[in-house]
Amino acid sequence: MKGFLSVFKRELRGYFSTPLAYVFLVIFLFFSSFLAFQQGFFEIRQASLRVFFMNMPLMFILLVPAIAMRLWAEERRTNSIELLFTLPLTITQAVLGKFFAAWTVMALALLLTCPMVITVAYLGDPDWGPIITGYLGSLLMAGSYLAIGSFFSCLTRNQVIAFVLAVVACGMFFYVGSPSAMNYMAGFLPAGVVEAAESLSFQSRFESIQRGVLELRDLAFFILLAAGCLWANIIALRERVAAG
Amino acid sequence: MIEAKNLRKAFGPIVAVDGVSFSVNQGDVLGFLGPNGAGKTTTMRMLSGFLPPDSGTATVAGHDICTDAVAVKREIGYLAENVPAYDEMTAESFLMFTCGTRGITGEECQRAIDKVAKTCSIAGVMHQPIGTLSKGYRRRVGLAQALVHNPPVLILDEPTDGLDPNQKYEVRQLIGRLASDKCITISTHILEEVDAVCNRIIIIDKGKILVNSTPEKLRKDVGGSLEEIFRKLTSQRGKKAVAGGTK
Repeated sequence: MKGFLSVFKRELRGYFSTPLAYVFLVIFLFFSSFLAFQQGFFEIRQASLRVFFMNMPLMFILLVPAIAMRLWAEERRTNSIELLFTLPLTITQAVLGKFFAAWTVMALALLLTCPMVITVAYLGDPDWGPIITGYLGSLLMAGSYLAIGSFFSCLTRNQVIAFVLAVVACGMFFYVGSPSAMNYMAGFLPAGVVEAAESLSFQSRFESIQRGVLELRDLAFFILLAAGCLWANIIALRERVAAG
Repeated sequence: MIEAKNLRKAFGPIVAVDGVSFSVNQGDVLGFLGPNGAGKTTTMRMLSGFLPPDSGTATVAGHDICTDAVAVKREIGYLAENVPAYDEMTAESFLMFTCGTRGITGEECQRAIDKVAKTCSIAGVMHQPIGTLSKGYRRRVGLAQALVHNPPVLILDEPTDGLDPNQKYEVRQLIGRLASDKCITISTHILEEVDAVCNRIIIIDKGKILVNSTPEKLRKDVGGSLEEIFRKLTSQRGKKAVAGGTK
């Protein structure tokens, strides 16, 4: 626990002692609200944040890997990983510490979108269910994206490569459920495989949560995906360290 | 306190450390000598619990590096070769981080940091980001990190590299002062350093130990200055000539 907390605090402070966190927060807040306004946040004349949440899966594809790319690539490039792992902590503690620090930044980013909530609450009488589940879904989805990013970050010493790989992987999880991708796959894959692929889609999982339908399988999907990626992260990192 | 048994580590086809065994006791200062690429750093990384060996093992302060690496790391202070650190952190917050990871917090942590800042003469740069420090200060911050929790075992990879002559002298004095109640292993290729601080010497080349002796005994057995002995042992031709004699 000491090791986890220590890494968590250091990493979180690391985000804010460089411009990274501020740049990220500003860009995230700008685009999340800009896209919502552009797509008719006011024009639909409904006190709901549906338009606002709609863009989250797509925005996260680009923004979350930017937060995750440095997690391990930077440690390996500067070799500070040798310092980290000659301190009395386990690889699991370090991986989790870093992951939760990055997740906290994401949580803060979502928290700072509260003016949107205040706006709809002021202008109308919103249904609070979908707003709460929308935030919950966004947070869980960000966790999955982050775990994917963290995994790719430990595979390379180069942050740009980590970023590109993570964007591609996240993009695949996003597009796999889209109609065009489904149609394409249906052309040469058996129906069962296409269905299985669709069930991996971030987009459709998130949409059902964001509509206010809290189903265990959707929540479990994001949590298990994040846990699986972090587990792979721990194994890959252990091998990288042992290989020198 | 350090007991290495048949440590072996290969990186792909390159065997970096090939069956290294030795022991170091409390009160010993072991000088680990060898040409570049001899396997010094790899051996030290294994002893610190960072790098798992391919075969063989070692115990440090009673803990096995393979099965109980975290316990080993608790007992050692380790200074890595090129002083890895978090460049954006100040020296003080960096030391607080390593203390926190080791479970030293609050007033105890502040006391430990104040003390080590004085010992390593870094009090003046405590609030500077590590990335902006000169090489010598950076190494001393690394040394402070290795000493701050007062560990019984110290593993220092080239502790005086990049320091000016005064700082070198200070660090050697410091190692001398610490020697009595600790078990210290330093690697170096500066031979005068061995004379100045070490009471044990191991010469390693191509992953194998060539000599495990004391500086005095080595000089008596082989003859000449340490530098001559080192060259004789680690150059190709000389290796065969003394292979049996000094082990």
